Amino acid sequence: MMNTLFNLAAADGISGFEFSLQEQVCKLLSSYCTSVEADVMGNVVGIIPAADPKAPKVMLEAHIDGIGLMVSGISEEGFLSFVPVGGVDSAILSGTEVRVYGREILFGVIGAKPPHLQTGGAKEATKISEMVIDVGLSAETVRKKIAVGDMVCFAQKTESLNDLVVSGKSFDDRAGFISLLLCLESLKDKTLPFTLYVVAAVQEEVGLRGAAMVSERLAPDCAFVVDVCHGDTPDGGSESIFKLGSGAVISFGPNIHPYLSTLAKDMAKKENIAVSYDADGGDTGTDAWAVQVAKAGIPVLLLSIPLRYMHTTVETLHYDDVCAVGSLISAMLQNLDLEALACTYQN
Amino acid sequence: MLRLLQELCETIAPSGCEEAMSLIVKRELTPYADDMYQDALGNLIVYKKGNGKKLMLCAHMDEIGLVATCFGEKGQVYVSALGGVSLHAALYQRVRFVGGAEGVLVPNGQESDVLKELKLGNLYVDIGAKNETEAAERITLGEGAAFVGGFATQGGYVISKALDNRAGCYALIRAMQQATDNKQDIYAVFTISEELGLRGAKAVAVSIAPDYAVALDVTRTGDTASGPKMSVRLGDGAAIKIMDHSMLAHPVIKDRLKLLCEEGNIKWQAEVLEKGGTDAGAVHVSGGGVPSGCISIPTRYIHTPGEMIHADDLEQVVALTTALIEKGI
Amino acid sequence: MYLSELTELPGVSGNENAVRAYIKERIAPFCDNIEVDSMGNLMAYKRGTGNVDKTLMLCAHMDEVGLIISRITEDGFLKFKAVGSLDPRVLVSKRVRIGTGGFIGVIGRKAIHLLTPEERKKAPVMKDLYIDIGACNQEEAQKRVAVGDYVVFDSAYIPFGDGLVKAKALDDRVGCSILLELIQEPCVWNCCFAFTVQEETGLRGARLCARRVQPTMALVLEATTCSDLPQMDRNMVSTYLGGGAAISLVDGATSYNRELAQTLYQLAQSHNIPVQFKQTATGGNDAGSIHVSAGGVLTASISVPARYIHSPSSVISLADYQAVCDLTRLWIQEVHHAKIITRAL
Repeated sequence: MMNTLFNLAAADGISGFEFSLQEQVCKLLSSYCTSVEADVMGNVVGIIPAADPKAPKVMLEAHIDGIGLMVSGISEEGFLSFVPVGGVDSAILSGTEVRVYGREILFGVIGAKPPHLQTGGAKEATKISEMVIDVGLSAETVRKKIAVGDMVCFAQKTESLNDLVVSGKSFDDRAGFISLLLCLESLKDKTLPFTLYVVAAVQEEVGLRGAAMVSERLAPDCAFVVDVCHGDTPDGGSESIFKLGSGAVISFGPNIHPYLSTLAKDMAKKENIAVSYDADGGDTGTDAWAVQVAKAGIPVLLLSIPLRYMHTTVETLHYDDVCAVGSLISAMLQNLDLEALACTYQN
Repeated sequence: MLRLLQELCETIAPSGCEEAMSLIVKRELTPYADDMYQDALGNLIVYKKGNGKKLMLCAHMDEIGLVATCFGEKGQVYVSALGGVSLHAALYQRVRFVGGAEGVLVPNGQESDVLKELKLGNLYVDIGAKNETEAAERITLGEGAAFVGGFATQGGYVISKALDNRAGCYALIRAMQQATDNKQDIYAVFTISEELGLRGAKAVAVSIAPDYAVALDVTRTGDTASGPKMSVRLGDGAAIKIMDHSMLAHPVIKDRLKLLCEEGNIKWQAEVLEKGGTDAGAVHVSGGGVPSGCISIPTRYIHTPGEMIHADDLEQVVALTTALIEKGI
Repeated sequence: MYLSELTELPGVSGNENAVRAYIKERIAPFCDNIEVDSMGNLMAYKRGTGNVDKTLMLCAHMDEVGLIISRITEDGFLKFKAVGSLDPRVLVSKRVRIGTGGFIGVIGRKAIHLLTPEERKKAPVMKDLYIDIGACNQEEAQKRVAVGDYVVFDSAYIPFGDGLVKAKALDDRVGCSILLELIQEPCVWNCCFAFTVQEETGLRGARLCARRVQPTMALVLEATTCSDLPQMDRNMVSTYLGGGAAISLVDGATSYNRELAQTLYQLAQSHNIPVQFKQTATGGNDAGSIHVSAGGVLTASISVPARYIHSPSSVISLADYQAVCDLTRLWIQEVHHAKIITRAL
């Protein structure tokens, strides 16, 4: 499965252009699911139906889109100007290698004016508007092969830094999706009393859009969302920061249904799964925020994988944490009492 | 042909006060509609029966402006903003309230002090009222006002206030009038309060539950002497949106729009807008997801009394929208 | 009046259990049906006497702003985050109650003697503050408190001055209290009394209520900012304490239907109920998510002015409370007579 993570994280598919990932994701899900469908927006849903067609429905969700860039203009000389898709830190861009999805896939690098010629001088961060993508072709060829609106992906392979500590792009949130597959793997011979939807959602990075649509359509009785949270770095402080290798992070707060967070805590203890806790006063900034108020309201849990350097091309995580999230969801699904969940607020 | 555009632009209909606009749309489209109604919020829905899927086209009727919140003892009318009002553009501008009262947005205190911290709390509208009572006779609290900016045409260019989004309304009206047939069920929706956060579209997306949606709105350009880098240019045709802050256009829609342009010999350009959004942003995430897109009219100086478009672009947008109604997605 | 008991209950957004239980127990005899949804919104339905197929949704939110424990330090102090919008300047040196156990704690910051002159001038930052529960280390603290525990201000309901009341959570237990009173009286239209959750985290609960109830019209009862302090410019004063029921024309989340707002204002005037328009356009309440839901809902908002809102000591006038209660009662009875020219009705 670690190989799968390596490949999936390195695959291209920025928000709104996840269609290129669909085949790969469908294939991965089909090893575990009775059926797999892709909806009109590109969300992929693997379905493991319960024997009883009237059984309740549980959704597991991770988003598969990554941040990236889009061509916004072509200069007379053939340089490409671009805009971010999702929350791109402009500091990472200078010198980054990219793939431009024109009529064919073209290699390019991001360049900027020499430091002393930039408007802010060498002391300020370079503005995206002062950078270009250089595909090394004549202006005429560029215009034939590339159009405004073409997707630009970061060209970055996944590498292992140290055994289980791995680094690459798009672990946010393809690592979350891998944790769902790990969960399915461990449930292979089990029968669950509910229908399971396993969702690879689109367009999280541009505003939790895929999750909003797909949970509205599927209307599950409860949902598990997996995303990444911030890993420990020397300069990161200590609030809502978690050590790589410290396990799954269980979220608490208004966004999270208390039955589910309590169950997560209990199951981690019982199954000896490494966890830590985090709390948010409101918006968790994840798909869980959109899922909670979809349809008639969906009880949701957020589990997170600590990740260093989020939204860069060197996102770094500990594979054990991915496994911990998978194990925790698996344990919870086998002990989920949906009636008790539904009764939480009744008295 | 631009007489209707002029009438639409000159209409005072800031967000929340769109009634005057809906009256014009009703007058223009009554003969062409199979059904026409307004919802509880004031969205105007014009329906043309077809077969099969529901295609929703929307253009927002509202414009940015001000709303009266409080009277001062000396007849000042204190206001809040409706939508993204640029105060640098607004100071000393003439405004007209929906009830007809006119005034000027002026500093409350020394101009030099006010300019140091330009915010609406430091400004008021002078309507020439002597005291509070007189002010209250001319306007009511909660009444909206729009900035005044005369309508002018010059060498193919149009300059006016509120081209955002009366140009879109104009295109949708004309296309509904010109379309000789329609393949799909057409819901032409003239929405309210887009400038306040796509509010009308949010409601109507749920009540209509369309299969596809296309918004008609204005977009920024990158063709001024010192403007931002952006590829859209006045006069280069209808802009087909690829992305803005509210939506990534669905491939089914943007490819269809491009094809309709190629088939109909309609001039078009691709639009990538970093900031800003349209009603389509609210519609496409509704329900289980609605494949959506946007046809944009390239516009300079958006949200000022001197917005500028090229009439040729508008004609291309009308042609594309007409083709879309006739041939569907 | 239920206000004294309601304001002293803990009910931070996400954990409105105590408030819901209190309300549910008291309304049961007066309504036909009660629903609680998956977020905890409480909806009580009451059939109208008017025999019309129209629903008026009356809405008040149960939740209040507060804190949530996010980390327990090795020394046994509690780090926290805000739930809802809270100015960190009101937090320093306040006493709080933590979790379902209601354990007491104090919000600490180093003493003024230890602050540098620069630090004294600056507003405290939320992440520098902490709660002290007198625990000597992490283990000791964990016996009483866990990450995710909600925290409320420890603040009693105290009547004072000329008909004023000081309490925490007046926003929006005033609305809850009024609905509790009015549900006991007959209504003309079918009514849904919706007690919502998580208004303070972004109008989240009301959205679900509106979608479920699909009302013809909605009336939101609230507590709204009151800034009638000395040296305030008139145009910055949103409402006046003692000025009566405050009707909203426009705020950050809603452009209210002007005909409906004016109708309510005139109705109040004609019945000698003190009334005022809210004179700023800031803030927002459940109306924002209700009016764009369910295909669009005609919505109005009537508020009790509250000074020092979102602090441990907010202040209202009981006369204003009564005015909101009277106007709402009148509307429940007169709604079918109202000559509001609305397309939807």
